[in-house]
Amino acid sequence: MLLQSQLHGWSPLVRFPGPGGQCSRTVPAGMSGRTGPAALLLLLALLTGGRPLALAESLTMVSWGGSYARACEKAFYEPFASESGIEVRVEDYNGGLAQIRAQVETGNVHWDVVDMEMADAVRGCDEGLLEPVDLGALAPGADGKPAEEDFYPGSLTECGVGTLFYSTIYAYNLERFPGNRPSTIADFFDLEKFPGRRGMRRTPQVNMEFALMADGVPLDQVYAALRTQEGLNRAFRKLDSIKDHIVWWEAGAQPPQMLADGEVTMSTAYNGRIFNAQVLENQPFVIVWDGQLLDTGQLVIVAGSPNLEAARKFFSFATTVRSMVAVGRYISYSPTRQSGTALISTHLETGVDMKPHMPTTPENAARGLQYDWEWWSDHIDEMNLRFIAWLLR
Amino acid sequence: MRPAVLVLPLAAFILVTFVAPLLVMLGRSVHDPMVADALPETLGLLRSWDGKRVPPEAVFETMARELLKARREKSLGRIATRVNRVQAGLRSVLMKSVRRLRGAQPPDSWREAMIALDPKWGQTRTWHAIRRAGERFTLRHYLHALDMDQAPGGGIIRQPPDLRIYLPLLRRTLAVSLGITLLCLLLGYPIAYLIANAPPHRANLLLLLVLVPFWTSLLVRTTSWIVLLQTQGVINDLLAAVGLIADDQRISMIYNMTGTVVAMTHVLLPFMVLPLFSVMRTIPPLYMSAAASLGASFLQAFRRVYWPQTLPGVAAGSLLVFILAIGYYITPALVGGQSGQLISNMVAYHMQQSLNWGLAAALGGILLGGVFLLYLVFNRLVGVDRMRLG
Repeated sequence: MLLQSQLHGWSPLVRFPGPGGQCSRTVPAGMSGRTGPAALLLLLALLTGGRPLALAESLTMVSWGGSYARACEKAFYEPFASESGIEVRVEDYNGGLAQIRAQVETGNVHWDVVDMEMADAVRGCDEGLLEPVDLGALAPGADGKPAEEDFYPGSLTECGVGTLFYSTIYAYNLERFPGNRPSTIADFFDLEKFPGRRGMRRTPQVNMEFALMADGVPLDQVYAALRTQEGLNRAFRKLDSIKDHIVWWEAGAQPPQMLADGEVTMSTAYNGRIFNAQVLENQPFVIVWDGQLLDTGQLVIVAGSPNLEAARKFFSFATTVRSMVAVGRYISYSPTRQSGTALISTHLETGVDMKPHMPTTPENAARGLQYDWEWWSDHIDEMNLRFIAWLLR
Repeated sequence: MRPAVLVLPLAAFILVTFVAPLLVMLGRSVHDPMVADALPETLGLLRSWDGKRVPPEAVFETMARELLKARREKSLGRIATRVNRVQAGLRSVLMKSVRRLRGAQPPDSWREAMIALDPKWGQTRTWHAIRRAGERFTLRHYLHALDMDQAPGGGIIRQPPDLRIYLPLLRRTLAVSLGITLLCLLLGYPIAYLIANAPPHRANLLLLLVLVPFWTSLLVRTTSWIVLLQTQGVINDLLAAVGLIADDQRISMIYNMTGTVVAMTHVLLPFMVLPLFSVMRTIPPLYMSAAASLGASFLQAFRRVYWPQTLPGVAAGSLLVFILAIGYYITPALVGGQSGQLISNMVAYHMQQSLNWGLAAALGGILLGGVFLLYLVFNRLVGVDRMRLG
């Protein structure tokens, strides 16, 4: 409880480790479960007569924690570890380039593969923080098409490969709105019709877009509006209207928790996290797809990765159709390869059909917006300052 | 000679671990050679540019050549980030242009080719921004730290209201520090008096009660306040249990300014109590009795006899608490929420998140200057030699 409330109040100005602190887990090579790697090491040490031994190859994979990281762990970290014999250590973070920049600039790189947002992957690449992708190393599609043609346009960048589509949506707790239910993005900002506190991610990204869409800006003009001073003012004015009722979150695992605790009645969230709470915990959450913001999650290798060979092998494994489809059996994120779309099936643990829950399913994407990573990678520093200034007002 | 040798290890230690980094950081606040080193020829040509019309072909050609070279040396991203700090939006103009120009045949006119790639190349603002980002020594960071900026044509302007952050924060930091200092004085003075005038065994116990929290980790003390003050915390639970507040109307006492002030006052209290105690200990209780025997009421005696003698302690404690409060970081970061942030959290933001170390250094420099100024004023008013720290 302490940690949870601490996170809710976490300052906007510093980013601390996500829930559970700088949590790191290990997926030991050749072992499918989570039986202690320490025990294994001890055993090996005994067998070799206590002499120091060269450890098996390993790499550090940094991801977003919570149910998403667990899904990836089952879908491809563990299969990779058991097939290749390379140990995958898992760390959590909450996005951003700061930690990678610090590692690269001080020459003390200890992350190998990172799961990041598109805008960060492009910026990190431009700044030389990431290894360029070797397109030749990407496996062909399920139908044998070469990788370059199989990936949806725009999901491959110079240093990153999109492995899934995810979207930021808002969800509400059905128990709080038994009668009239929210159905549009405008409803999220309507405190009169739908009273209660709102959860939002403590960043300007996504919130600005939501605010403009809710204020009536047509989908195709949202980013055009953000390019103007009036548009920015309009977005902040809209955010102002609910400012006192916002509870800020930072880690993707927080919104489902906040909705369940009743701390908020609705919250922006990553769609997969809400889905997992729905099917695995039977939470009465409802996703509102209207105004969803679609983005691709990128996998990148950090420049100067200490385990480059292992990282490359892992990277190739993770970007196969098989891995992408496997992730979609644990959490509702859809493949970025065209040959993977047809293979979307059911949720492995509950047998729920995944198609209606994917962000790219036409009904869900109908009133959605594609996240403009180029605009954000240019304006993130300035927008952060505006956002902080607004928070302080 | 001998004293000098004896302090030499300490002096060397301080020089290496404190003075040198401080100077390096202060240097960063005015000095950034990154862009100047990467685009020497372009900047040389821009020096003779009139600044009114779009620069000539030669400037474009040199710029393209030097940008392509920077790209090969993997410094382009860092250059683009710095230019982008002067004018947001130029990062992608630089990156995109280089991406397109790389590998392509050299065009007949670089100027036309680049303007065709992005119309921003045809705006004088862009070139002003590049010229400013290329200044080896600059006061830009200090201007930004004071919510000001250079106008493209020269001269200094204030930032638009929605980008003013640092001055309001600085004002807030000063006000909060002052408030905390007063609170500490109000709370600490009676305690120090009690300890100074208690019989020895009780004084020791009381002093221990002040010292134990003082020795306890800052993080532990701050997180204890979270346990106490949060909405589902001990105090709210108690209030709700005895029915003073309704269960759905619990008071928010943390993640706002209240949390910052409460936790910081607690953390800084020993810094007030200890100097006060050490001064009060030396004031013979007989003085007060003497004043009383001469007919002074307790208040009179206190005001005219006791209080003036404790002034060095008051001054020392207040100065210590105030200076510590002004630069405080961890506590507001943990319990300040969004309304309880202080200027130091902004320094941390620029150190860790935006990685604009120049600006972080400038903010730190301004704080340092402020503390020095305070010290000088204090020295004038009270005299540092009268101060007693213990």
